[in-house]
Amino acid sequence: MKKIMFLAPAVMLALVVIAAWQPDKETMARGKKVYDTNCLTCHQADGGGVPNLNPPLEKTSWVLGSKTRLINVVLKGMNQHLEIDGERYSNVMAPFNHLTDQQISDVLTYIRNSFKNKASAVTVGDVKYVRAKSK
Amino acid sequence: MRKYFFFSLVSGLVSLSVLAGDSTHVSTKKILRNTPINEGLEMPAGFSAVAFSNGLGQARHIVTTPQGIVYVKVDKLVKGKGILRLKDTNGDGKADDIKGFGTFTGTGMALRGDYLYASSNSEVFRFKLDKNGEVTNPDSPEKIVTGLVDKQQHNAKPIALDDKGNLYVNIGAPSNSCQEQDRANGSKGQDPCPILETAGGIWQFKADKANQSYKDGVRYATGLRNVMGLDWNAQANELFVIQHGRDQLDMFPEFFTPEQNAEITAEEMFMVKQGANCGWPYCYYDVQQSKKMLAPEFGGDGKKTTRCEGVEQPIVAFPAHMAPNDLLFYTGSMFPEKYKNGAFIAFHGSWNRSPEKQEGYYVAFVPFKDGKVSGKWEIFANGFAGVPTVMSPREAVHRPCGLAQGPDGALYVSDDVKGEIYKIVYKGK
Repeated sequence: MKKIMFLAPAVMLALVVIAAWQPDKETMARGKKVYDTNCLTCHQADGGGVPNLNPPLEKTSWVLGSKTRLINVVLKGMNQHLEIDGERYSNVMAPFNHLTDQQISDVLTYIRNSFKNKASAVTVGDVKYVRAKSK
Repeated sequence: MRKYFFFSLVSGLVSLSVLAGDSTHVSTKKILRNTPINEGLEMPAGFSAVAFSNGLGQARHIVTTPQGIVYVKVDKLVKGKGILRLKDTNGDGKADDIKGFGTFTGTGMALRGDYLYASSNSEVFRFKLDKNGEVTNPDSPEKIVTGLVDKQQHNAKPIALDDKGNLYVNIGAPSNSCQEQDRANGSKGQDPCPILETAGGIWQFKADKANQSYKDGVRYATGLRNVMGLDWNAQANELFVIQHGRDQLDMFPEFFTPEQNAEITAEEMFMVKQGANCGWPYCYYDVQQSKKMLAPEFGGDGKKTTRCEGVEQPIVAFPAHMAPNDLLFYTGSMFPEKYKNGAFIAFHGSWNRSPEKQEGYYVAFVPFKDGKVSGKWEIFANGFAGVPTVMSPREAVHRPCGLAQGPDGALYVSDDVKGEIYKIVYKGK
């Protein structure tokens, strides 16, 4: 019991740190550049997607959830008619595996912290790991 | 057995009209504020619009019967039903009796004689109508066509009928430009494009024969990427179609900027005779140079016209990416003379015009005389989007999708965002 009491402030501090975390400006700027060149056409400038065609990136489980799943969407594209938060989207997404680990890390961190989203960064290491496993 | 079901909406409307009898001043004001003039549409002088119905969800193509019943094909089931039947029983211009039937989603709908045709994304069915325009077999339609390609992209199967017993079905290409890797930067085109064997064109079937598939049909016209609007023109005695032109020219950034992609590739309207080749995926129509150009996937660079000289030319080239979702030749007498036999087109509105603002989201009109285009096209009804500028498609509150002409000559327009059915009438100046 005493131990838990002792840990509580540390847990609180950790939570505050996580909540206050923000990606650095350079990462966001690089991510936006990758987004504007590769993603904006279909997912739109506001991340809203196109109803029934291209999924939105705003507050969806695919963006805010598993990083591995999200990295794989970029690396492998998407051509299955999957349901995303109750809706289906008919356009295909081509693989973007020509992007570097750094570019994918930047753009996914940017997406996860734009369009009203707030989620942890996707690191270069995350991308490297998923890319190696998907080969 | 319960063949039909009634929406709670019906009772909702009934109770609304009952309530209206003793409505207070406040609630009347509220209703007025919530109902903009002409449903927010801007139209030429003398025209007005009301909401014939509302809240039907993804209302796609629509037809009207001679008795004035409106059938709506929905692409998302409404209380488990894929076709809605709307009736205005008290003549106030609004549907007050709504029923649903059919369990398949989809887009296509057409009417000829005593039959209502409706399509899923892979099949075409028909229902028999009685003398009141009511469906007699809501639970057991005849399956006319089956086994058509459905690979998500461009899978809607809009349909049209001629007066010789033929059914025309659009089979959209599940692709943007038949690249080896669809919608991938710089990916080359597959040459010849194998998609054209089973899609990317209009197929003709018999309107009254059950269970037809590719082997029973005729590839009537090819080289059409995706046709959402098709209609038989009785004056020309030919089929007219309007194509969703290609996207993303800027996947070849060495030749095209995003701004050029936003402006260049026309939405083409064609008269298609049997055997017509309209050029997709090898050619697209450039609205700035007014000619068919070789697509970059097949060696084009924005200048070459190789292998495109012989293909079908559009009779109207509309601005890029506006997404024509329906075509209707107006044969009614309610509208002024200039509209007679002309074409109305429902533009769903663009998505592939970034960084420019999106375009479309309106109903356009093309004048015709003796089955030929006789003047410049114009915007007929605008304001569906409900906002002055659409940058991202989700900002549009309504998007036009289907067109039908009522027995009185009124024009019905469906919206597949909220499921509003607009009824546009002309009362003169």
